[in-house]
Amino acid sequence: MEKIRTFEELENASASCIKCLSDKLAGFEGKRAIVLCGGTGCISSHSTEIMEEFKKQLEEKGLENEVSVNQVGCFGFCSQGPFVKIYPEDTLYRLVKIEDVSEIVETDIVGKEVVSRLLYVDPKTGEKVTKQEDINFYKKQRRIALHACGQINPEDIHEALGAGAFKGLARALKMTREEVVNEVLNSGLRGRGGAGFPTGRKWMFAMNGDGDKYVVCNGDEGDPGAFMDRSILEGNPLGVIEGMVIAGYAIGAQNGYFYVRAEYPIAVNRLKIAIKQAEEAGLLGDNILGTDFSFRVHIRLGAGAFVCGEETALLNSIQGQRGMPRPRPPFPAVKGLWDRPTIVNNVETLACVPFILREGAEEFAKCGTEKSKGTKVFALGGKVNNVGLVEVPMGTTLKELIYDIGGGIPNGKKFKAIQTGGPSGGCLTEEDLDAEIDFDNLVARGSMMGSGGAIVMDEDNCMVDVAKFYMEFICDESCGKCSPCRIGTRRMLEILTKITDGKATMDDLTQLEEISKTIKDGSLCALGQTAANPVISTLTHFKDEYIAHIVDKKCPAKVCKNLMQYKINPDICKKCSLCAKQCPVGAITGVVGKEAFVIDPQKCIKCGMCMSSCKFKAISKE
Amino acid sequence: MLHLSEAAVVQITEICDRYLDEPTPLMMILSDIQKEYGYIPLEVQELVSQKTGISVAEIYGVVTFYSFFSLNPKGKYVIGCCLGTACYVKGAQQVIDKFSELLGVKPGETTEDGLFTLDALRCIGACGIAPAVSINGKVYPKLSVSDVPGIIESYREGAV
Repeated sequence: MEKIRTFEELENASASCIKCLSDKLAGFEGKRAIVLCGGTGCISSHSTEIMEEFKKQLEEKGLENEVSVNQVGCFGFCSQGPFVKIYPEDTLYRLVKIEDVSEIVETDIVGKEVVSRLLYVDPKTGEKVTKQEDINFYKKQRRIALHACGQINPEDIHEALGAGAFKGLARALKMTREEVVNEVLNSGLRGRGGAGFPTGRKWMFAMNGDGDKYVVCNGDEGDPGAFMDRSILEGNPLGVIEGMVIAGYAIGAQNGYFYVRAEYPIAVNRLKIAIKQAEEAGLLGDNILGTDFSFRVHIRLGAGAFVCGEETALLNSIQGQRGMPRPRPPFPAVKGLWDRPTIVNNVETLACVPFILREGAEEFAKCGTEKSKGTKVFALGGKVNNVGLVEVPMGTTLKELIYDIGGGIPNGKKFKAIQTGGPSGGCLTEEDLDAEIDFDNLVARGSMMGSGGAIVMDEDNCMVDVAKFYMEFICDESCGKCSPCRIGTRRMLEILTKITDGKATMDDLTQLEEISKTIKDGSLCALGQTAANPVISTLTHFKDEYIAHIVDKKCPAKVCKNLMQYKINPDICKKCSLCAKQCPVGAITGVVGKEAFVIDPQKCIKCGMCMSSCKFKAISKE
Repeated sequence: MLHLSEAAVVQITEICDRYLDEPTPLMMILSDIQKEYGYIPLEVQELVSQKTGISVAEIYGVVTFYSFFSLNPKGKYVIGCCLGTACYVKGAQQVIDKFSELLGVKPGETTEDGLFTLDALRCIGACGIAPAVSINGKVYPKLSVSDVPGIIESYREGAV
């Protein structure tokens, strides 16, 4: 790409790139385009191999100049991946396998007919859906942070420019720094990492004072069950870079750092490519667009420590130290990276910034509730039909999220809870389903927005087990600096283990509640302060489950191994011996064809192999 | 006491020199060494200390803090079972238990033949395809307990 040195050159480059991209999508001169989802989920389901197969087969047919093939960012609908989309018809194929390539090439590319067996089928109506926008999963979504994700090739700056990249920066650079901060302030944008602090306020604190300043993008997305930031970085890395440059201009910083988890190799690679391309285009570096503003972007990788998602721990990690939090104040905006004023913004927050500058604060604020503007990206997972990445306007209800977009609970099971905010959050139950999603509303109901992980649980999930799962996680990830978190979480885990083992008393429950309060009040950073939330929230909504474990020594969901048994119903048992063959410890005995089989509870290790092997559903949990 | 080969000294020196312009390069140096050798033993930490002037105590503190850095060599194939929430509620614990049972090692340990290391991973963000397992960076989607023996076998045979 040629260097873009002035506002005018950017406008010209944008105009030609916009034409290129829309020509590609509209099928200019009869050309067609095949795009494949290139998110982590689809890549592990062989989307790259499928792409290579398309290229090979098109070449064999001499169609390589008529049909382009490339990968784009995450389509979001992960449970139906890998996806293949054909332009200009906008036909969406799902669950595509490498064996399906020849049929798509023959029937669709050559024969111009839709391969109907690869279309999405609406589970309610049974109808086949050809276009993405007509699928229920996408209908209530609005893409601001995920702008251009799943549409543009994330490794090609031309396509990003074609989708409006750097228009926001151009507008920002024509404004004063104060005006940019005010624009963000007026948009009502709040930090998407979880706490919801007004982004504009944070910027305002850092803009005062001279000398070296830094913008840090927090891409250490550690909440289990969350993959919003990864998908944004994989789908449109230049959008996040643009947001960072705008932030840099606003606060008067010269350098920006991306801190990304080492667990996200594809995101890191695409980010590297995007930075290089932006540097070559002159959109990063000295005198951007001919102004006296210079800005450079660097990448730092995490090394597998959840606590580094806490902003001061993250700064210590960039500084080559153990990722332990610092006491606040002083806040990073005053004394951050190398003791200089620093703003730490989450990936999704920065991804919203170009929209605000490009379309205006008012346009952004049109969407959302009174105190939470814009949209929120959720990673919807767990026991829900449509697993994937969704971006919805703030104010969408949980019911819409789980049932309209998520398609409800699989296998006709009953909804039990939705966990938001990961290990710092809590559970929301049936009575919260009509609640509108926004920062304050979720906190008022005993959970929190968090970074966007939303895990749906059904009647088969034991809430004590879930609380124990999060406590194990926190216990493992506690950095050890302050004792309420280090020791408190360990004691809580011990009590929770006692409960799930059926060895606890009601006194333990009281102690659990007491320690929860102490950790909340006494911990140094948010990791500890919120560590007890999953316990507090499950205790509030599901105290009966705790009591069942303690008093009746029963796990109502039949999850906790020490409180349940596998049993073979002799009336249903066909005496086939399959279960006995599968049993790894020889706990099942019987005589083929003559005697029903029985499980010896003393030997049984409760692995569940017998139950999944029985074809007659004779084995159940009790 | 393990002695570093000359080639290793040259390479580690080269890695340290990559970041001379950085104000705080330790994490980057350690990441590169971990990637190159699979572990960061004490002798290497001493060498890094000489080259950077950072005390061994501090380097050791950093190496032991982050789960990506390892003091001991890892197996040829590192089996990382995701135990993130989405994977957990879909049965990831049973999957890792099966790996553990068949390989005869606990999470964090390496098999005696040096072929496999079993790791429990924090969420790898592949929640859409839960439960997921990552083996040397290759992600296996939607695993069930019955897939486990076949996967181990395919690596034993060197077919992957």
